[in-house]
Amino acid sequence: MKRILLTSAALLAGTAASAQTVGFSQIGSESGWRAAETTLTRQEAEARGIDLRFSDAQQRQENQIAAIRSFVAQGVDAILLAPVVATGWDSVLEEAAEADIPVVLLDRRVDSSEDLYLTAVGSDLVHEGEVAGQWLVDNKPEGECRVVELQGTTGSSPAIDRATGFRNAIDGAEGIEIVRSQTGDFTRSGGKEVMESFLQAESGNEICALYAHNDDMALGAIQAINEAGMNPGEDILIVSIDAVPDIFQAMANGDANATVELTPNMSGPAFDALEAYWADGTEPEKFIQTESRLYTQDDDPMAEYEARKDLGY
Amino acid sequence: MTRALRRCLPQILTLLALVALVSIFFPQFLAISFENGRLTGPVVDIVKRGAPVALLAIGMTLVIATRGIDLSVGTVMAISGAVAAWTLAAGWGVFPAVLLAIVAGLTCGLWNGCLVAYVGIQPIVATLILMTSGRGIAQLITEGRILTFSDPAFAWIGSGTVAGVPVPALLWLVTGIAVAFIMRRTALGLLVEAIGINRSASTVAGINARVLLIAVYAASGFCAALAGIVATADIRGADANNAGLWLELDAILAVVIGGNSLLGGRFSVAASILGALIIQTVDTGILLAGFPSEYNLVIKAGLVLVILLVQSPNLSQHWHWLRMEIRRQREPKPIGSRDTR
Repeated sequence: MKRILLTSAALLAGTAASAQTVGFSQIGSESGWRAAETTLTRQEAEARGIDLRFSDAQQRQENQIAAIRSFVAQGVDAILLAPVVATGWDSVLEEAAEADIPVVLLDRRVDSSEDLYLTAVGSDLVHEGEVAGQWLVDNKPEGECRVVELQGTTGSSPAIDRATGFRNAIDGAEGIEIVRSQTGDFTRSGGKEVMESFLQAESGNEICALYAHNDDMALGAIQAINEAGMNPGEDILIVSIDAVPDIFQAMANGDANATVELTPNMSGPAFDALEAYWADGTEPEKFIQTESRLYTQDDDPMAEYEARKDLGY
Repeated sequence: MTRALRRCLPQILTLLALVALVSIFFPQFLAISFENGRLTGPVVDIVKRGAPVALLAIGMTLVIATRGIDLSVGTVMAISGAVAAWTLAAGWGVFPAVLLAIVAGLTCGLWNGCLVAYVGIQPIVATLILMTSGRGIAQLITEGRILTFSDPAFAWIGSGTVAGVPVPALLWLVTGIAVAFIMRRTALGLLVEAIGINRSASTVAGINARVLLIAVYAASGFCAALAGIVATADIRGADANNAGLWLELDAILAVVIGGNSLLGGRFSVAASILGALIIQTVDTGILLAGFPSEYNLVIKAGLVLVILLVQSPNLSQHWHWLRMEIRRQREPKPIGSRDTR
């Protein structure tokens, strides 16, 4: 009898401790940020003892739909989805809902009804712009401050929202004015080329700060400023968004001043929400906003660089 | 020399007209100053920024002269840039980096050339294979990240100067002169044109079309490798996703603006380089004029359309006719006056 009890206890303990299985349909690895998101999701899952089934969709929605169907067929305990596009998810999300499998959206949103997914984890792009703008308001030199802006790809939602947020923040501030604004397509070479034209058009010394919609463009612009014989970070203040490893190196060298983090750790909050849901069915909010943390030269940029450089950026 | 000048006259006039147009919006456009041991000014930026497209256009001109097209040059830029950055990151030094990058470009060109000349695939399809797959190869080399390096000697190729002149500008100038020299001081240019006009006829006439075709695609790969080295050295990093993205189309456009026919035959390397400078003047002009970025592509498209319309052979006949009409109306003697002119 005692033995039977023990065995059943062991069995019970076994089921309780048995790993939850989570399927993760990732868009692809088109950028360093996304590679870092994948790496961090794997690390988070391993740390929590979750069995992660990973599927790389290579930028195609049909691959993602096929992956979700296969996760449903495998009977996973939850699905993480980083949707490549916003539309066309209704039927496959319904299939997951019918199988009682909670779906958590990472990073991007979908147009489907909110009942079809558990929650969405993401960053508020407007808020990122506001944090960057607020930094400039707090740190601008005395007097007039003429700002140049390197925008993201024209028409993309990060470009629109990060521009809006920055303008919201500097709106009330005295003496800050955006004098030039042009797209650098989110690339280093774009940032460098456009910054060169800014320096020509505004005659360098009149520019007080640069706001770049991502770090890569800021890194290109830093080279342009250096080659024009000026000191980036001192003559021209530089604030950007994303917090990729290389910008921390630039901050350590004193070339960049501040960056706002778009955290690739979307899965941490997602797993938190899922664990609460598995434990007692707690329904999280429909949108979990990740922190948009500001990093400056005072935040030990070299240590941040070391911590990030192996995440796959 | 005068013949070459006359051949390039439409391009030179277009460039001057563009410079005048940009100067209206940005009066200091032609200002050049000497600061920190380098020439600075919008014009200097144009000859420097125009380097990748100018280099690609040199190779593309030869390919198009054989009635082919090379869609892969943008990705070959990414591949050779990735190879160069990888070599530097491995600590092998500058010369191996440049050498391996050029070898990578030549290999890509040879691959294209063999597909076209031996397998007989149409050039647009043959080079499309590398255009779509090449970026994957580059990403494999860089492991999907922006592979950065801090080698001042290699960075000099992208942002250094010789006597104040940017190195990338010298690079396309030297390459352009060398290619034009080889093509025009030997019979090579004539043979390339012969293949473009009629490949079977030129084969029957004793031209080894296969070897020439492969050599032409290899030359295009070589130019793409140089462009890739410039782009990589410029940002001190190999960006496999974005290096040379869509530049194959700008290179083709440069060749077309240069007055070369896509149907092959006669070509002018100098006119193609002028075409590349025209495109870069449009790009830089838009940046300097300070329009909102939503207008960039519309303005570029409009300007390119106007340039191509003005250069169109049909329209130039109309121009000619119109000029004659005006002359005839001014001078009331209709007979004889035209012949004596």
